[in-house]
Amino acid sequence: MATVEHKGKTFNVDEDGFLTKGMEEWSEEWVDYVKSIEGIEELTDEHRKIIDILQDYFKKNGIAPMVRILSKTTGFPLKRIYELFPSGPGKGACKMAGLPKPTGCV
Amino acid sequence: MPKHDTPLMDELEKGPWPSFVSDLKRQAEKSPQCWDIVGQMELSYKDRMTHWKHGGIVGVFGYGGGIVGRYSDVPDKFPGVAHFHTVRLNQPSSKFYRTDLLRKLCDLWEKRGSGMTNLHGSTGDLILLGTKTEELEPLFYELTHDLEWDLGGSGSNLRTPACCIGKARCEWACYDTQAACYAMTMKYQDEIHRPAFPYKFKFKFSGCANDCVAALARSDLSAIGTWRDNIRIDQAEVKNYLSGANKANGGGTPAKGDKFDIQKEVIDLCPTGCMWMEGDTLKIDDAECTRCMHCLNVMPKALRPGLDQGASLLMGAKAPILDGAQLGTLIVPFIKMDPENEFEELVDVIEKCWDYWMENGKNRERLGETIQRVGLPTFLRVMEIEPIPQHVREPRSNPYVFWREEEVEGGWQRDIKEFRKKHAQ
Ligand code: HEM
Ligand code: HEM
Ligand code: SF4
Ligand code: SF4
Repeated sequence: MATVEHKGKTFNVDEDGFLTKGMEEWSEEWVDYVKSIEGIEELTDEHRKIIDILQDYFKKNGIAPMVRILSKTTGFPLKRIYELFPSGPGKGACKMAGLPKPTGCV
Repeated sequence: MPKHDTPLMDELEKGPWPSFVSDLKRQAEKSPQCWDIVGQMELSYKDRMTHWKHGGIVGVFGYGGGIVGRYSDVPDKFPGVAHFHTVRLNQPSSKFYRTDLLRKLCDLWEKRGSGMTNLHGSTGDLILLGTKTEELEPLFYELTHDLEWDLGGSGSNLRTPACCIGKARCEWACYDTQAACYAMTMKYQDEIHRPAFPYKFKFKFSGCANDCVAALARSDLSAIGTWRDNIRIDQAEVKNYLSGANKANGGGTPAKGDKFDIQKEVIDLCPTGCMWMEGDTLKIDDAECTRCMHCLNVMPKALRPGLDQGASLLMGAKAPILDGAQLGTLIVPFIKMDPENEFEELVDVIEKCWDYWMENGKNRERLGETIQRVGLPTFLRVMEIEPIPQHVREPRSNPYVFWREEEVEGGWQRDIKEFRKKHAQ
């Protein structure tokens, strides 16, 4: 288990840089940190919208939404999601939102 | 990185088959981290369990897949494999290579990774085994800029398509499997690199029913070449088989008796019994032939596929998880596979299927499971395909038949009072 320091805050992360305690440890500083490593130049309302929706969905359902549902609820086609998060909805957006690391046959 | 003591692994250097342990040790001369692969494996042999941690999410910007992240759970003992990510490269169709390209790739991989590979992964990718997270972007940069080579697929997306050797070196290929594989790979780059599906989806292309790429068993959409006119018979070559001048099965399997017996080895084995001899002339009732390939396989010089060629599309093959293993189910008995029109008929089927499955497939539900859940009749309807007898091996034996309301006179809205007028309680 590693730790990351950013703007005076300390975060517990796994090897892939996902928050080990998820949204419990999530904060604005975390968002800023992920922005700096995930190829995101400027954080916009569109980024915020995706993060909010991911977090709401996770709180309600205990899982991350399927890509199709994320597209539908945000109104962003997948292409736009990659423009916002170059690593994609899993490695990029879920990481920034503090969701657990995607699993399965990735 | 030092060598480790590996008595169990060393055993595997004995025997005639090429030893992966000897290969690893030879590569370790150049890439010392390979000693740690052997070392960690030795530990796994001893403990009888894996020493890789669960999962791993790494990648390159712009793509949602292509690289499988992996970390050792004993990194202190084996720092060389602390990070050991696997990179999938989309292989050329049928895996033909030039040595200059492979040399460049090896140089790059020895610089950026362990130098160990898998040629090839089961899906088809050329697999680079073992590198660190910080090497991924530079590796990808050099792959794309210097070698003009892209990653393959991973995740809930279109995985790397693969094909048999096809028209490149096989007289049975009923369509250009390589052209189809390449065209679909290029057309669906977005679907390969950015997961957008409920689950993984695979294409495989075989030129005939021999199915050398095992499309039927390991792709959600299998295109298997066939023909719909008559088998071409060269009677002179048939006589050469009868006389023994031609060897049965291309000499691959020796004749069962002293001499080739066409009755025993071909006619009696035809699954539909549609072949017979008239003197020394071979006859086939093509209307009853199921294009099983047996007679062509035995007498390749005498028998050839017809000229009206195309492919059958079978869908839904998958491994056991969750609901049990499936082979492909015949969905489209015959389509033309034409590179001239960019495989238009195939594309039409693919996109109808994806439109439906992307909308209706549940999370982590393979197409085969979706078809089982909604039923073949429903799936055929959304695919706009008329049900025909060829869609089933046998009709259903249970009577739980659903009717759609519009098919039933009077519909479903009934009034019990009307019923009671005729049937007092
Ligand atoms: C017009 C009247 C009836 C109709 C249309 C009818 C129809 C059916 C049908 C469709 C089944 C299912 C068969 C299967 O799939 O295995 C069934 C099973 C059965 N019915 Fe009827 N039934 C009628 C009257 C009755 C009556 C009056 C009784 C008993 C007094 C009865 C007893 C049973 C039993 C025990 C089974 C189960 C048989 C088994 O599972 O092997 N049925 N019936
Ligand atoms: C609380 C009471 C009952 C319960 C919970 C119950 C439950 C069930 C269940 C779960 C099945 C299997 C259905 C299937 O596999 O599709 C079944 C079948 C059946 N039950 Fe009951 N049952 C009850 C009472 C009765 C009674 C009172 C009768 C007859 C007088 C009856 C006659 C049958 C028959 C004939 C079948 C076979 C139907 C067929 O195979 O199509 N059941 N029941
Ligand atoms: S599947 Fe048929 S066409 Fe393709 S290589 Fe095998 S025998 Fe030849
Ligand atoms: S291809 Fe098969 S079914 Fe057709 S004639 Fe030959 S053996 Fe019989």
